[in-house]
Amino acid sequence: MKLRVRYFAALRERIGRSEETVEVPEGVATVSDLRRALIARGEPWTSAFAETRRVRAAVDQAMAGDDAPLREGVEVAFFPPVTGG
Amino acid sequence: MSVRVQRELFDVGAEIAQLRADPRVGAVASFVGVVRDVNDDAAVAAMTLEHYPGMTEKSLEAIVEQARSRWNVYEILVIHRIGELRPTDPIVLVIVTSAHRGDAFAACQFVMDYLKTDAPFWKKEATPEGARWVEARDSDGAARERWERK
Repeated sequence: MKLRVRYFAALRERIGRSEETVEVPEGVATVSDLRRALIARGEPWTSAFAETRRVRAAVDQAMAGDDAPLREGVEVAFFPPVTGG
Repeated sequence: MSVRVQRELFDVGAEIAQLRADPRVGAVASFVGVVRDVNDDAAVAAMTLEHYPGMTEKSLEAIVEQARSRWNVYEILVIHRIGELRPTDPIVLVIVTSAHRGDAFAACQFVMDYLKTDAPFWKKEATPEGARWVEARDSDGAARERWERK
């Protein structure tokens, strides 16, 4: 399954890129599965996710919880809690 | 268009004048968020606002729709700036028009409370110790939650 993964703010800086296409391993079905798979790749993902407090996610540009399901072609974003306004 | 994300400064007076031209309007409530020169005990020389194009507009529109379904309002306008801003620069503008003040005040506060926790913007501050990302405040989550209990 191929996904577009995007990173914002502190997480983007720590990973050193704003987006990438990820071919996810078998068994990755939810947002939390994807986060675990990215962390398992090693650096810079491991440290970036460890150093960013309370990482949030969005699937196809809507806030998504850990259990949100993923399917081919979706856009998944990871970012720190928002600080606008 | 009731939601705008832009680099440019906005004109509060001009926006209010346009919205109160509707003769049904009896109340206009507005909020302007401004860059301060200090945050968490550090001097702030400038800040940069990053956002998630596409999701930002969708989330603001969803917040506006929720406010519309909860209160009797005529128009809701949200303008949020991005890019580099300095102390005293306005960041965000919310204007709500309604027949009476109660709906306008409540909807305006609701939109701001939800924007703080749901709209994908991130602030990075330039301080004497270097640049740092602003941390989300627990009080913002609490401000949003009180609307869920009502």
